[in-house]
Amino acid sequence: MRLTVNGSEHELDLDPRTTLLDALREHLGLTGAKKGCDHGQCGACTVLLDGRRVNSCLILAIAQQDARVTTIEGLGGHPVQRGFLEHDGFQCGYCTPGQICSAVGMLGEVERGWPSATGDDDPLSDAEIRERMSGNLCRCGAYPNMVPAIREAAGR
Amino acid sequence: MTAATRAIGAPLARLEGPEKVSGTAKYAAEYRQENMAYGWVVPSPVPHGRLRAVLADPSADAIAVLWHGNAPELAAADDPELAVLQSDRISYRGQPVALVVAGTLEAARRAAQVLQLDIETLPHEAVLRTDHPEVYTPDTVNPGFPAESSAGDVDRALAEAPVTVDVTYTTPALHNNPMEPHATIARWDGDDLTVYDSNQHPSGVAATLATVFGVDRVHVVTEHVGGGFGSKGTARPNAVLAALAARVTGRPVQVALPRQAMFSLVGHRTPTIQRIRLGADTDGVLTAIEHQAWSQTSRLYEFAEQTAVTTRHMYAAPHRRTGHRLLRLDMPTPRWMRAPGEAPGMVGLECALDELAEQLSLDPVELRIRNEPHTEPETGTPFTSRHYVDCLRAGADRFGWWGRDPRPRQQRDGDWWIGTGMAGATYPAMAQPSTARVRDLADGGFEVAIGATDLGTGARTILSQIAADALGVPTGRIRIRIGDSTLPQASVAGGSSGSASWGWAVTEACRELRRTGGAEAVFDTTDLIAKQEKEGRHAFGAHFAEVRVDAVTGEIRVSRLFGMYAAGRILNARTARSQFLGGMIMGMGMALHEEGVLDPALGEWINHDLAEYHIPAHADVESIDAAWLDEHDDQLNPMGSKGIGEIGIVGSPAAILNAVWHATGVRVRDLPARLDKILPHLPT
Ligand code: FES
Ligand code: FES
Repeated sequence: MRLTVNGSEHELDLDPRTTLLDALREHLGLTGAKKGCDHGQCGACTVLLDGRRVNSCLILAIAQQDARVTTIEGLGGHPVQRGFLEHDGFQCGYCTPGQICSAVGMLGEVERGWPSATGDDDPLSDAEIRERMSGNLCRCGAYPNMVPAIREAAGR
Repeated sequence: MTAATRAIGAPLARLEGPEKVSGTAKYAAEYRQENMAYGWVVPSPVPHGRLRAVLADPSADAIAVLWHGNAPELAAADDPELAVLQSDRISYRGQPVALVVAGTLEAARRAAQVLQLDIETLPHEAVLRTDHPEVYTPDTVNPGFPAESSAGDVDRALAEAPVTVDVTYTTPALHNNPMEPHATIARWDGDDLTVYDSNQHPSGVAATLATVFGVDRVHVVTEHVGGGFGSKGTARPNAVLAALAARVTGRPVQVALPRQAMFSLVGHRTPTIQRIRLGADTDGVLTAIEHQAWSQTSRLYEFAEQTAVTTRHMYAAPHRRTGHRLLRLDMPTPRWMRAPGEAPGMVGLECALDELAEQLSLDPVELRIRNEPHTEPETGTPFTSRHYVDCLRAGADRFGWWGRDPRPRQQRDGDWWIGTGMAGATYPAMAQPSTARVRDLADGGFEVAIGATDLGTGARTILSQIAADALGVPTGRIRIRIGDSTLPQASVAGGSSGSASWGWAVTEACRELRRTGGAEAVFDTTDLIAKQEKEGRHAFGAHFAEVRVDAVTGEIRVSRLFGMYAAGRILNARTARSQFLGGMIMGMGMALHEEGVLDPALGEWINHDLAEYHIPAHADVESIDAAWLDEHDDQLNPMGSKGIGEIGIVGSPAAILNAVWHATGVRVRDLPARLDKILPHLPT
């Protein structure tokens, strides 16, 4: 099968049960996407699929032959990455690639006008950022530092 | 001082930050090996029994199915849980009874799922209770304290006290759940074992594996660790299983635990039942303090949580008694979870004090100030430094505490009841023997090597600051090497003692290098630490919380959380703040969200995943901040530092629970404070 990741195309011989996350980590050596639960419950495995954020542990690799996958390795110095460095938006770093990919995808959703449960007038208020990022767990509790990192990356 | 004092304390950014935000930082399961196989743990489906046989499905593509019937014999380690696949005895549900090895992850998981187990099921007990006939008093509680202590005549003092409190608080099983599940890749080259393992103590894991496999050369690589919170303090079964499977199959083997296994296989915080009795005069001066704690352990191993130990030094009172009781159950072994003992124990003590303040109509901050001891109350040992009252006052100032109406259920904003609460915090300041090596690289740089680990604490960065000051050079000239058991042996990243222990060894090694002017210096702190007094060394702090409780739904939000600490010299203002906040947020989880829900019939926590075991998420954390006093204590270690990784979770749960009472008038004494425990008691 074929998988297009960070702009490069890969030919792979995969078990049909292989998730996108395991294809990245175990077959392509792209270990930036993390496995925190393998059940779509933590967000550590978040990558971008045609620009939209997804939990790659819930997706079968074989179904994504026509998609463009972007992982943390392919973000190349995105402002969200710089924001995380600037604000100490992580501790152990294990949730971090997922948080960053999720934030990048989230900013795209805001741009497209997607609403959130908070319903603030400002779609990038701190409360909105927190709500929109709540699918990504961080056991180290680095949340308070991620919010300004994401806000500033959005140019606020 | 020299140029030196410039690096320590500075908010230096984490050295490994660029790797962590670009996805290139490597964690244990990420070291790809040629021809690697995958091991999948088969957990026991019963809490007590005997495994008679396993029956593998031949259609499943397994390379090996290991169980006690065919696994090689292992030497005993200190920890009986590492004797994996060595006997037919099943002591808890989730215990590994077999390991399936296959060429791919998918095949290993499938073969494990279809493996049939022939098990003789035996009766089990899973519920902690105080009136069980097998409740006993352990000889000591962790890490070596007497199980009981007493002074004066508590019963008489309580009988004579004009004001008393007699309350029971319970805390549930809590699960560490670092975001990176425990994982190991093991590879044998002859009798040389190399292990990539997620742990808090590479030197210790290497020594344990060497014992278990009876070999001399074990190399443990632990460059980055995705959190541990105590659960990775020692080698866990995944490390032994991976090495065992690699030995048998002759291939490198990865064993990465699924999240579900994290609830049973790597430790958890024991449930506790705590009875606290306080006696005071009408001015709020304590005459008696009693704290009795019950907790559980497993059939395999006695783990005695030191729940009531902090009560021995928090407050003055002439009559005092503490005690610990244990019950062995057919359940997984509890182990260390962030601030073991202190975190649950300070829920009991600090909530009970709030109840006393209520009875006295006395401000809770003032109550604590009136009971400040001048020396350790039980032993008379002086404190090396104790700025608890300063934390209470400064914290109250900064939080805007003063002038608060002490009566509950007085403040309302729309549908929200609003209240504030506070609680004290403490954590022991410890140091453990470690060895560091420093080399002059002759190009202006220095290499500092120590077998420490950085779990997200900032250890790597802080050690570079410590070394820079000790050598009198800028941090940019320090090259830190940690996370490898072949480096000089270091103590565990636990007990908030990492920076103190490793920083001490690094400082001494650097000083020696300067003294001798040589190319290399090595220093072992064992003798220095042996000479040190062990008592009277604690960090202190105070937590303040504001909560909003929805009058209609009972939903609880923590709208403000503030921690004020006196924790010696803060080595890195940036990473320290993150550590404090992280602890406080985990404390919020303990107060409001986290609970291993036991099914007694199954002997299992049924909510064993991250969808059902709730930890704080982004949306739970609103306004939160931490600050610290400039505390100087030159009796601790050359840096004057106290540990900061755990104190944030000590007292923050009680501050939130006390605020919930202030908002609603409802005392929740069985954690966590969920809306169903509050709603029935709210006025309609
Ligand atoms: S690993 Fe995919 S959501 Fe947790
Ligand atoms: S930084 Fe450790 S889990 Fe988020």
